[in-house]
Amino acid sequence: MQLSVQRIVRRFGPVAALGGVDLEVAEGEFLTILGPSGSGKTTLLKAIAGFEIPDEGTVLLGGEDVTLAPPRQRDVGMVFQNYALFPHLTVAQNVAFPLEMRRRPRAEVARRVEDVLRLVELQSFGGRLPRQLSGGQQQRVALARAVVFGPRLLLLDEPFGALDRKLRESLQLEVRRLQRSLRLTTLFITHDQEEALIMSDRIAVMDKGRIQQIGLPGDLYARPATRFVADFLGESNLLEGTASAASASIPGFGEVPLAAPQPAGPVTLLLRPEALRLGGEVEALPCRARGTVVETVFLGLSAKLRLRLQDGPEVLARVPLRPSAPPPAAEGEVVTVGFSPEDVHVVPRA
Amino acid sequence: MLSPGLNRRVIARRRERGLFLLAVPALLLLGVLFAWPVLRLLAMSVEGGTLEHFRKAALDGLYVSVLLESMKVAGMVTAICLVLAYPVAFWLSRAGRLGLALGMFALLLPFWTSVLVRTYAWLVLLGRNGVINRALRDWGWIEVPLPLLHNMTGVLIGMVHVLLPYMVLPIYASLLRIDPDLPRAAEGLGAPAWRAFLRVTFPLSLPGVSAGCALIFVLSLGFFITPALLGGGRVIMVSMLIEQQVREFLNWPFAAALSTVLLVATLAIYALIGRLTRGSRLATH
Repeated sequence: MQLSVQRIVRRFGPVAALGGVDLEVAEGEFLTILGPSGSGKTTLLKAIAGFEIPDEGTVLLGGEDVTLAPPRQRDVGMVFQNYALFPHLTVAQNVAFPLEMRRRPRAEVARRVEDVLRLVELQSFGGRLPRQLSGGQQQRVALARAVVFGPRLLLLDEPFGALDRKLRESLQLEVRRLQRSLRLTTLFITHDQEEALIMSDRIAVMDKGRIQQIGLPGDLYARPATRFVADFLGESNLLEGTASAASASIPGFGEVPLAAPQPAGPVTLLLRPEALRLGGEVEALPCRARGTVVETVFLGLSAKLRLRLQDGPEVLARVPLRPSAPPPAAEGEVVTVGFSPEDVHVVPRA
Repeated sequence: MLSPGLNRRVIARRRERGLFLLAVPALLLLGVLFAWPVLRLLAMSVEGGTLEHFRKAALDGLYVSVLLESMKVAGMVTAICLVLAYPVAFWLSRAGRLGLALGMFALLLPFWTSVLVRTYAWLVLLGRNGVINRALRDWGWIEVPLPLLHNMTGVLIGMVHVLLPYMVLPIYASLLRIDPDLPRAAEGLGAPAWRAFLRVTFPLSLPGVSAGCALIFVLSLGFFITPALLGGGRVIMVSMLIEQQVREFLNWPFAAALSTVLLVATLAIYALIGRLTRGSRLATH
């Protein structure tokens, strides 16, 4: 069901944990709130789940005002960070809990618990206690419990944080598959930008109690609206320089032509590390600089190079690797790097 | 250098064994001044190789009925403490900083005064012309003084007062150990607060409840001062019988036999409570 958050404010003493947040999540959409710890994303989640009453603003669920409704009346399924499985109840009892609270007939409870356990591939684990399961299995039980009663909204509060990388990746895909097949409106909270890029229909980046930017993952990555978003989402080179009409003067690179004219004065350009090239193709590029390799990090498919530019800042370059090819450059080597002007994004100044 | 033949596990074990030395002074003190005399006393009950004293304790209706009476008192005190302590512990576990500080202060304050003094204070409060009866009469609520002293009521009031903190603290500790997300999750999944409590919080606090009950029951069973002073001879506990045998009849062997019976009963009940609650403990840890 559609979720609409309007001008939510929550203050703790002099600190505004939420400073007027607006958010629209469409029916069946998977929207991620991405932000560092302390950005207010958990407070926002609590206000939506009903564990926190905002000082101002409205929470609408399917058009119904639930701002002041207690959690039990919201029909919101939530997966907690540490899963919050009831340790004294079996897996089946945990999953049956929301149905029992809704006083569903016993036969229906049994059938739906079985169905949803099959959905998360835990059909033979119904009789176990949570502590007899692995972390990934517990996470799936928590998910089953959150969706078994057909919630109007699914909330996921950093549910993958405690899992190792491999398991996390397979569960991310599993959650996404489940969410799509049930067409569940989902709000996912994370501080992990990679996770956000993998899973979301749209991402809302939060900082200091406000949503900084909301949009498609690709848009946010390519055209961040603020310096914070550019920095937080992915790796970035933020090049400071001076704009004069259709070009900007950047230390190290010289004049960089801009797609759209900018007012004269200081300007910040975003250059993703993968847009910075190295080697033979550089000579054909209009924007070039010489620099010394300070550090190289091998990452498997690619290598990450940190370079100190002559008369310029330090920059990151990410170069693709092929198993047979020699490494692009050694530490201490002086190389030429370059980029194409259309790969540059002007970060709007706040 | 490793000396030849010295296994690494042996070295590891030696290091751990060193820590045991830290407990030796206390163990020595208890062993010499407490454990040894208790064993001597227990041995007295079978002195001369006779079980005569135990036969007397088991067959004489008086002693059996006193033991049962003691258990009844202990059971009632435990039940009253549980009913009174649980809400307090629950409130403390949710209280803010000020509430917690005040609550804990009130809870621990009695420990600064001896049981004897507190019990005498109850004499002043509960008597025919005590503070309570006089106040109630002055307000015109009663005409005849309430029988609060020298009976079961007085004993229960006094014992509950002394023992209540021993019930509150373990329950409070077990409530604190419950992840606050659990009742929250229950409410989020559709449970009203009271159902979340009954299905989630209360079952998870059972280890504390059982610890508190075992503690209070065992302490009550051996209580002496409070029932002796507030019971007025109408409530006889095993401990009072033992004291009587020693002090008035100088019948040490029989007192030793009664002590043994009390000790065994206490241990049996302790084991029973432990067994009854092991299920819940397993589920929560």
